[in-house]
Amino acid sequence: MIASSRSPLTWVVHLSVALLVILWTLPTAGLLISSLRDKDQLAVSGWWTSLADSTQNLVFRAPGPDTQVEKDGKFVIAGNVLEGGAGEVAAFGSSSLKPGDFEPGQTADLNGGEKLTVQVDGSYEIVSDTAMEGTRGQRIFYQATVPSRFTFDNYREVFAAAGIGASFINSLTVAIPSTIIPILVAAFAAYALAWMKFPGRAILVAVVVGLLVVPLQMSLIPLLKLYNGVGMFLGVPAKTYVGIWLAHMGFGLPLAIYLLRNYMVGLPREIMESARVDGASDFDIFVKIILPLSFPALASFAIFQFLWTWNDLLVAMVFLGAGNEELVLTGRLVNLLGSRGGNWEILTASAFVTIIVPLIVFFSLQRFLVRGLLAGSVK
Amino acid sequence: MQQLFFAVLTMIAGVLACALYFFGTNFILDRLLPSKGLSGPQASRNLRLTNAIRPWLFLGPALITLTVYLVYPVIESIRLSFHGRSGIEFVGFRNFIWMFNDGEFRQSIFNNFLWLLVVPALATFFGLIIAALTDRIWWGNIAKTLIFMPMAISFVGASVIWKFIYDYRPEGTEQIGILNALVVYFGGSPEAWVTLPFWNNFFLMVILIWIQTGFAMVILSAALRGIPEETVEAAVIDGANGLQIFFKIMIPQIWGTIAVVWTTITITVLKVFDIVLAMTNGQWQSQVLANLMFDWMFRGGGDFGRGAAIALVIMVLVVPIMVWNIRNANKEMEGH
Repeated sequence: MIASSRSPLTWVVHLSVALLVILWTLPTAGLLISSLRDKDQLAVSGWWTSLADSTQNLVFRAPGPDTQVEKDGKFVIAGNVLEGGAGEVAAFGSSSLKPGDFEPGQTADLNGGEKLTVQVDGSYEIVSDTAMEGTRGQRIFYQATVPSRFTFDNYREVFAAAGIGASFINSLTVAIPSTIIPILVAAFAAYALAWMKFPGRAILVAVVVGLLVVPLQMSLIPLLKLYNGVGMFLGVPAKTYVGIWLAHMGFGLPLAIYLLRNYMVGLPREIMESARVDGASDFDIFVKIILPLSFPALASFAIFQFLWTWNDLLVAMVFLGAGNEELVLTGRLVNLLGSRGGNWEILTASAFVTIIVPLIVFFSLQRFLVRGLLAGSVK
Repeated sequence: MQQLFFAVLTMIAGVLACALYFFGTNFILDRLLPSKGLSGPQASRNLRLTNAIRPWLFLGPALITLTVYLVYPVIESIRLSFHGRSGIEFVGFRNFIWMFNDGEFRQSIFNNFLWLLVVPALATFFGLIIAALTDRIWWGNIAKTLIFMPMAISFVGASVIWKFIYDYRPEGTEQIGILNALVVYFGGSPEAWVTLPFWNNFFLMVILIWIQTGFAMVILSAALRGIPEETVEAAVIDGANGLQIFFKIMIPQIWGTIAVVWTTITITVLKVFDIVLAMTNGQWQSQVLANLMFDWMFRGGGDFGRGAAIALVIMVLVVPIMVWNIRNANKEMEGH
């Protein structure tokens, strides 16, 4: 390590790490930038062009012939295709097939003998020698260069219409209790498995380790039947928040017990022995000594469990249901993917809403996460 | 708002009930069998009894939950897999025979094996490379944080992110997906990547690799730091170059950790469901076991027997890892 850090190849290391970091952050960055873009621009150009002006093909319908004015013996309809908006006209044309036939300032001959001129600033003039007839206005096709625009409109739309706000609260309702309750239960169990002597301890540890890998999908059918049975028996609905909390607790417990036990085993034995000599019971030792000392492991599991319950889709869909009322954020996002798969402004904004909470949790608490993980996996 | 209030209330109630159980039972135990202020034999008898009972008070809630939510379902799934749609009539091996003759199941098994081969290998590989590289530069921690970030994103959120990357517009129009934009820039023609049979599996795998590399990196980075300095220094003195040190000195010493990372990601891969559901929903031959099982259980299928049979296959695939895990844990216990 020492030798290679001094080698002339250091810049290769810097470069390759930079490349990897860019590769890994680019997807998320793209999502974030896209969600802040104007939805018309988002639909026609890539997010990496978002700082440059974008060119759009647009149509403007001029007012009908009844608005024409007679000027110097000619009939004129004038106005502005950009309607006061920002941007410049890059080219224009008279048919939808050739929207870019003419440079701004040139004159195009229209079918009815009128002459059309569009300037860079968007002002146009339709001039005819005879009075124009008909009721519909002339369509003007043009390509406009629109400056890039960033806005929070997409987020406003998502929160107002797509039901994301309610789902956000649903997700919190699921995730917070599902994180806190298992910690208590697991901490006690982990202490018993780490420091208390009783017959069958080794077997129980093996069982917990074995349960670590049970695919959660296995549990769904039997548990759903159990829930339906209990619900029928007690006369309550089968899909409740309490049900999903318990389910998340059950699925999170093996990892929790495993992580916490590994951490507690590593605590110095002398502390506990001297406390015991002083007449403290196991309960006192646990509450007053072990629990405070295990804080990093507890915190790291809490982060893990929160991320997992917040990001979970399967358990929520099965135990809480996929109805509109009880949908959690991930479920809402899947629905949006199906129903509004083409509306990238909705999708990107709602995806960012779903990932912002875990990202905040992660960035503010990541040092605990790493420390606790290490206790569990590196021996 | 009302819901939020309800949530906070139940949360407090749940936590209080939990705390009350632990404090209450232990308090009662200490009251019923006091060991202080009693004469010798009586006190030691009580002490022995409390020491025998207390572990089970500590373990109680965890054991009950584990039994209900994991042990019972495993047994029940095995039972269900030998029964019909509704789980009442016994059908013997019919579900399994159906399964192995079903084209979609064989497709899923094939895809799952692809996932198992590719994702853990690449995620561990990238994690190891990044861990080794970032340990040598001053901004390594920033780099690590950024690479670890996808771990915090849900599989569904990640799917949206990548769907945007793979987005396809017909040739001639401007591409808004970066992959197709690059392909067009280099003179190729755009493709609808997730609809290409066989290859779309790899485009989905990229998502999971993107997520899991951060996990592998953190664990392996810690393992690399745990390597005794002396072994590396000795190799330097003996004239080993950087690559030799990495492959011959460092890798062998963290082999155990690499295996842990590998198996952890393998288990995640077996459970992968959200990504396939959100990206393709199993269309274009990208089906995997977990999604297939979900189809049979809840969506359209409604066949508990077949669903359970597929779940059992996933379980069987996990068993080797489970055995290996338990043996490792037992080895640790002996040392303790």
